[in-house]
Amino acid sequence: MMASSYNAKEEDGHHSGAVGPGGAGVIKSKKPDNTAFKQQRLPAWQPILTAGTVLPAFFVIGLIFIPIGIGLFVTSNNIKEFEIDYTGVEESSPCYVCSFNYTWNNTTPCQCSIPFSLDQPFESNVFMYYGLSNFYQNHRRYVKSRDDSQLNGDKSSLLNPSKECEPYRSSQGSPIAPCGAIANSLFNDTLELFYNFPNGTSIPIPLVKKGIAWWTDKHVKFRNPGGNNNNLTATFAGTAKPVNWRKPVFELDPSDPDNNGFVNEDFIVWMRTAALPTFRKLYRIIQKKKDNMMPTLPRGNYTLNVTYNYPVRSFEGRKRMILSTISWMGGKNPFLGIAYITVGSVCFFLGVVLLFIHHKYGSRNNNADIPN
Amino acid sequence: MERLHWVRHRWQQMVGVDVGRGWYSSAAPLSSKSPLDAQEPPAHRLTGKRRTVVARCGPNQSEYHSVCKGYPGNSISTTKYSLLSFIPKNLFEQFHRAANLYFLFLVLLNWVPVVEAFQKEITMIPLAVVLTVIAIKDALEDYRRYCYDQKINNNSTSVYCGKQHEYVDRRWAEVRVGDLVRLCCNEIIPADMVLLHSSDPNGVCHIETANLDGETNLKQREVVRDLPQQGSEFHPENFSSHIECENPNNNLRRFRGYMEHPSKTRVGLHSDNLLLRSCTVRNTETVVGIVVYAGHETKAMQNNSGPRYKRSKMERRLNVDVLWSVVILLLMCLTAAVGHGLWLNSLKDPIYLIPGDPPPALAGFYMFWTMIIVLQVLIPISLYVSIEIVKLGQIYFIQNDLDLYNERLDTGVQCRALNITEDLGQIQYIFSDKTGTLTENRMLFRRCTIAGTEYPHHENARAQELYEEPAAEGGCSNTLRSRTSHRSLSCRSLSCNRSSTSLNTLTRDSDTHSHDDAHPTLTRGAFSSAMECVVVPDPPLQLKLGGLSSPLAPPLKQNAAELSHILDFFLALAVCNTVVVSSPTQPRHMVQLPVPRTPLSTLEDMKLLLQKLSLPRFALTSPTSANAGAQPNTPPQPSLTRRLFARGRSATFTPNTPPDPRHATLAAGATTPPPPPTAPPETSPPSRLALHPHASGDHNTDTDEDDDDESEEEEQRLYEAESPDEAALVQAARAYGFTLLGRSPEQILVQLPGTGPLSVPLLHLLPFNSARKLMSVVVRHPVTGQVVLYTKGADNVVMDLVSSDAAGGDRTGQQALIKEQTQRHLDQYAREGLRTLCVAKRVLEEAEYETWLKGHMSAETCIENREELLLDSAQRIENNLTLLGATGIMDRLQEQVPETIEALQKAGIRVWVLTGDKQETAINIACACRLQRPTDKLLTANCDSKEACEILLAELTEEIRHCEESNGGTDAGAAESPEGAAALGFTLVIDGRTLDWALQPDLEKAFLGLTQRCRSVICCRSTPLQKSQVVKLIRDTLRVMTLAIGDGANDVSMIQVADVGIGISGQEGMQAVMSSDFAISRFKHLKKLLLVHGHWCYMRLANMILYFFYKNVMYVNLLFWYQFFCGFSGSVMTNSWVLIFFNLLFTSAPPLVYGILDKDVSAETLLCIPQIYKSGQDSQAYLPSTFWLSMLDAFYQSLVCFFIPYFAYAGSDIGVLSFGSPINSAALLIILLHQVIESRTLTSLHGVVLIGSAVFYYAFGLVFSVVCVTCNSPTNPYGIELHFMSEPSYYFVSLLTTVVALLPRILIRAFCNTISPSDTVRAGIMDRLRPEEYWTCVSQWKDRLHSKNVQSSRLPPSNLSINADPPHSTDCYPEACSVLS
Repeated sequence: MMASSYNAKEEDGHHSGAVGPGGAGVIKSKKPDNTAFKQQRLPAWQPILTAGTVLPAFFVIGLIFIPIGIGLFVTSNNIKEFEIDYTGVEESSPCYVCSFNYTWNNTTPCQCSIPFSLDQPFESNVFMYYGLSNFYQNHRRYVKSRDDSQLNGDKSSLLNPSKECEPYRSSQGSPIAPCGAIANSLFNDTLELFYNFPNGTSIPIPLVKKGIAWWTDKHVKFRNPGGNNNNLTATFAGTAKPVNWRKPVFELDPSDPDNNGFVNEDFIVWMRTAALPTFRKLYRIIQKKKDNMMPTLPRGNYTLNVTYNYPVRSFEGRKRMILSTISWMGGKNPFLGIAYITVGSVCFFLGVVLLFIHHKYGSRNNNADIPN
Repeated sequence: MERLHWVRHRWQQMVGVDVGRGWYSSAAPLSSKSPLDAQEPPAHRLTGKRRTVVARCGPNQSEYHSVCKGYPGNSISTTKYSLLSFIPKNLFEQFHRAANLYFLFLVLLNWVPVVEAFQKEITMIPLAVVLTVIAIKDALEDYRRYCYDQKINNNSTSVYCGKQHEYVDRRWAEVRVGDLVRLCCNEIIPADMVLLHSSDPNGVCHIETANLDGETNLKQREVVRDLPQQGSEFHPENFSSHIECENPNNNLRRFRGYMEHPSKTRVGLHSDNLLLRSCTVRNTETVVGIVVYAGHETKAMQNNSGPRYKRSKMERRLNVDVLWSVVILLLMCLTAAVGHGLWLNSLKDPIYLIPGDPPPALAGFYMFWTMIIVLQVLIPISLYVSIEIVKLGQIYFIQNDLDLYNERLDTGVQCRALNITEDLGQIQYIFSDKTGTLTENRMLFRRCTIAGTEYPHHENARAQELYEEPAAEGGCSNTLRSRTSHRSLSCRSLSCNRSSTSLNTLTRDSDTHSHDDAHPTLTRGAFSSAMECVVVPDPPLQLKLGGLSSPLAPPLKQNAAELSHILDFFLALAVCNTVVVSSPTQPRHMVQLPVPRTPLSTLEDMKLLLQKLSLPRFALTSPTSANAGAQPNTPPQPSLTRRLFARGRSATFTPNTPPDPRHATLAAGATTPPPPPTAPPETSPPSRLALHPHASGDHNTDTDEDDDDESEEEEQRLYEAESPDEAALVQAARAYGFTLLGRSPEQILVQLPGTGPLSVPLLHLLPFNSARKLMSVVVRHPVTGQVVLYTKGADNVVMDLVSSDAAGGDRTGQQALIKEQTQRHLDQYAREGLRTLCVAKRVLEEAEYETWLKGHMSAETCIENREELLLDSAQRIENNLTLLGATGIMDRLQEQVPETIEALQKAGIRVWVLTGDKQETAINIACACRLQRPTDKLLTANCDSKEACEILLAELTEEIRHCEESNGGTDAGAAESPEGAAALGFTLVIDGRTLDWALQPDLEKAFLGLTQRCRSVICCRSTPLQKSQVVKLIRDTLRVMTLAIGDGANDVSMIQVADVGIGISGQEGMQAVMSSDFAISRFKHLKKLLLVHGHWCYMRLANMILYFFYKNVMYVNLLFWYQFFCGFSGSVMTNSWVLIFFNLLFTSAPPLVYGILDKDVSAETLLCIPQIYKSGQDSQAYLPSTFWLSMLDAFYQSLVCFFIPYFAYAGSDIGVLSFGSPINSAALLIILLHQVIESRTLTSLHGVVLIGSAVFYYAFGLVFSVVCVTCNSPTNPYGIELHFMSEPSYYFVSLLTTVVALLPRILIRAFCNTISPSDTVRAGIMDRLRPEEYWTCVSQWKDRLHSKNVQSSRLPPSNLSINADPPHSTDCYPEACSVLS
């Protein structure tokens, strides 16, 4: 073992007694083994970073990054995105009235509709997002304020939610389901999209609300208590709705029992708290019609009908509706592409500089006679 | 197991248990007083100073019960914990450490609801892991100790039982104070006992203290004097004396007390009466002793302390940086607190805020504490543990280095201090002892001067040179043992080979001690240089001695005086020592055959004979000589002496053979299992010995054979000396026929030329003492019957004591002449590098002796101040000496010493030699070991007064400055640096007296200023105290790293004071080794230890520590940047388990491998180009600037690592934990790759660990994200990794982040390494070259350095010598150098 000689003396008191009969034997030599490991002669790669050695790496990085960057940039550029702010801060905005008057205590929804036009047709599937700004969903206390086991269908947690949910744990004596501040602040605007034909008629665009949540969330993490029980009303009996909600959790989507209660996809999406104070969340998917060659969203005029339920003006928040196609890289973001191109170019340039330095100084290294 | 043991000790130190074993605490034993005197609290001294012991079974039973019951029993328990107390006690100890307390504080903080950051259990994990690991180690370690204890406590020994009236076997644990214990040969002593009875008729017994101090030579212990029962069987029932002795203490060499007999007479007790626990009884059949200290109070147990702990320089630096980390942490927390308060202030009732939150200011305050929890990783809890582990690994490699392994002694390096490995790489000053460190400390008698006549022993020198080669290589002693010439006696002085055994016993496992009957003979056989010790007598001296016994040449008057001198000289050499004689064939049984019983009677016979035959003749002369203290006027009758000797000779053959068959059988029994090497086929010593009883029967018939036997016998004789000088002197005396045959406390058995064994009554022995620098014996002269004091000691001391005012002008004149001549010879010897000793005698008159004896006895029985009184007493008798002569002993340089010193000097280390030797000797050795180059200028400083010293220092400094200026003055500033001084080449030689002045506070500065301008400094005639003072002065004033290396007890203080103490396990016992941090066996090992291992350890540890800081700051800052986007709310974007484990698991192994295995420059290059060592001296790898640079880099990397993902995902629908996923993986990659960049070597082990860490991280993340469905709210990772790792953007972001983060470091490294590479980098580049290119490179490098040196050292080749008093020109003697080297 290591350092065997170290404590030979230390046990002086012991040594005397540790003497047993027999076993004179051959004295084991203390000579260290002549192995590569013990003599520190393991074969090794010695990376010494000099201009000469790193210069190929720089060129390689440059050569790899620039094409990647161009690819990413093009991909990002091909993504079509449309964004409209419907907060209603300006007086001209159709939702101004709603936003101005609306508070959580209102009982009647406020409606407003915002016209907009798309300059370009949106091919393929279009994802419809709602975006919030200055909304700190990542606040520590806020993030904690949930009960995952309640959301996972645990019956005892349903009736006795985690303390983390305070002060949204119980309301008037009965436990809140779903408890906590995140659920309580569920985004509850309803967005509808209409295509306005040039002739003045408008047709609603079908918005698919299935598949907006992660599969794992929908099928494993979020579960209604009592399993595939269709009678959610009974299941949630004895619980209270979150304070700010209009209707209880089992009425989130009465039309589809698979999208109701805790497994409601809008709810699931909301419960995945956003990392940054400005974020978007997937709201609906506009699926490409399979049969015809028409773009999913043709060029033209549209109307966004908003059922304005979600007040954000108190904290200077903004609400947006975003339409976006999607690529293999996700949403539109030119940053990565530009960054890759920049870094690649810089590397290439540095490669050249290093080449120059290597040419000037490198040969001297080998002679080891650099003047000090 | 050992490792655990070791770690436990380390931990003890970390938790601060060992308060007393601090950094500089070891300076206390420097004072001449014993450490105990210095440390014992006064109150304790006054009250509980003594203990009384009475026999348990004797007549004093009632008293026994009242007095001795209170003393602890002999059972020992070295365990720290019991089953019950383990957890609380262990935790208590662990929480002595600041870091653990800090983390405990964090854990507790997390329990406060308002600041809680994570789940409670998560913050506890790191602490729990560390505590558990250490606790397990402690428990295992303690269990091992428990087993040991049990084993020891269950040993049995025979104790006298009062009820059964006989000795019964008892367990060790049952032995109590006051018990009478009987021990047989080779038994281990169970407790500290006062020796009451020995089967030896002389009342002595021998013990081996190898278990205590590693010295394997036998120590003699005496039965308490005047014990009534002595001689006959010992009856425990009759023992009724009281013993008063001091309280238990840890001073092995001191025991004070007295025994009061029922008759109220008191007998002093001293350490010679004490048998120490865990020593082994040797050579004595049975001994009986009374236990005075038992169990933990025994000296052995009190000395049982763990390894030494020092704080390394880097550790001190590290602690500063840890504090800086704390400052950074506080700043970050403050920022967050203020930010949170402001942010809250600006908000108005947002939906995402939880109602009922405290007001902004209070919330900000809470946030401060929350952030401390969140960012806790910044203070590296694992750093300390990692450093420990890394050091263990480094020590493992140091100890396994083949180059530091000494084949002959079978020993490598011992690392006794475990935490200062990196200090080896930063040494700036080396303070070296000379004897035994630079030299072999294998003393060879070279020449002597007797009565003013020099006997050069040319033959001797030639013979020694002749054998030098084979001796160095080492062979087998069997051939030598078989038969050497009759004349040149082989010395198998134990001092030569003791080192091997002692080292073995020190390092080998315990069981070797008991079976040493087999082992030591083996090891002894392995050593061969017996021929080295051969002394070839000098022909003229031989002739003169022959004249003594030759009837043909009637000696002249002058001659007779001289002859008497010669006789006395050699008698003194043979007698005045503490050499113990033993035989190699009976390893642990002294040759006591001639001494006891029958020989005594024959001696008496012979004495009678002497008186009858020759004393009338002698009596005519000797009284006069005795009275005058000078030489006999009439020559002894040669024919008579001849006759006498002839008769004596025939009379002596009897005692040579063991008369007591028991001895023979004992001896034979002890050697029954002789290992093959010790039993040469042609002559088998054991069998010969066994045959002796036969021989004794018919010795008269075959005298020839007896002659052979005698020579045989002589060769078997081993001299075990405390110091090698003594053995050498005894050997020398033996070469002239003055053979030391045996020694007992009362008498010394010597054989004079032509005579048989003569018993010389030993009246007194005044042992060597470093204050007196003398040792003396008082004997009754075997021939004249006078009381004679023989003294040998350091020349300056003896010269001072030699009488100058003796009566009688003529003789005084003659004495003065002798003195003068001797002094001249001494100077000459010293110049040749020989160690000199003077021998003197004094004839005491009976009355004078009686008075002195009375005083001395009272001093001896004194309990308090005994040392001082004894010193006084010795000084009373050691004066008015008659100078007999002086000896010159050669001590060869160890192999490769010059090369090593040269390399160390090239490495920028200043080497000082501190020696107790004479100035000339010291200069000579310095010259021989190239400490001082022939071109160097020598400055000597000897002065008598402080004023002179002051002037001298100023003068010398001025002189150097003058020289430098005349030298061009271009590098006046450079003179301060080692290179500058090296180029100029001044060597300062200062003697002890001057040093005393120079070390005074007001002259310190001048002295330091002077020494800093010198390339090397030689302090001669320095005392141990001065040595440590010098080291302390340099260390404290110049704030440099010092290393002290030495081998003897006189170096202990210096070794303890220096930053790094190195002991050479050599000839002089193990004291230096015991107090050292590292123990090596040869001086040359220092080269690799410092230049290679020191450099590596330093670089490795420095880099690892920097990397650790970097790693923590880099990772923690990611969390910090996130605070700007979550309202400073203390949110984290990472799963809290990953957060905690990131440091503890995912990135902990790579730094360890890095710290243990990294190798910036190969060992060969480091040895070839010592200059690379300078990087460590300047702490280049770990400066504040490098620390801050790596901090800066960490900040940069964390910025990149956070903001590239941030921009890539800004505005998207990314969730909190999803956002953390690419950041974490990028951070991991960056941190791992950063290490790849920083590493200078990457072995497969690195690869395994690095890839393993990454794989572990991803595996953990994936498994966690699959398994953990509802766990770990709010940072439930379910599905995240799975989801994200299936997305290409994850990889693109990670890749870009990693590259951008690492780019600057790569770039800067590449630029620096290309444009102005440091020495280490250049050496590293060189290592990668092909062999032929490599060697050209090395030589080019050396050339360049050389040319640089030459440029700056164009010096006038004159020798500079300034002396205040006396004017004394010194020079370097190349011819002497060649002799020495």
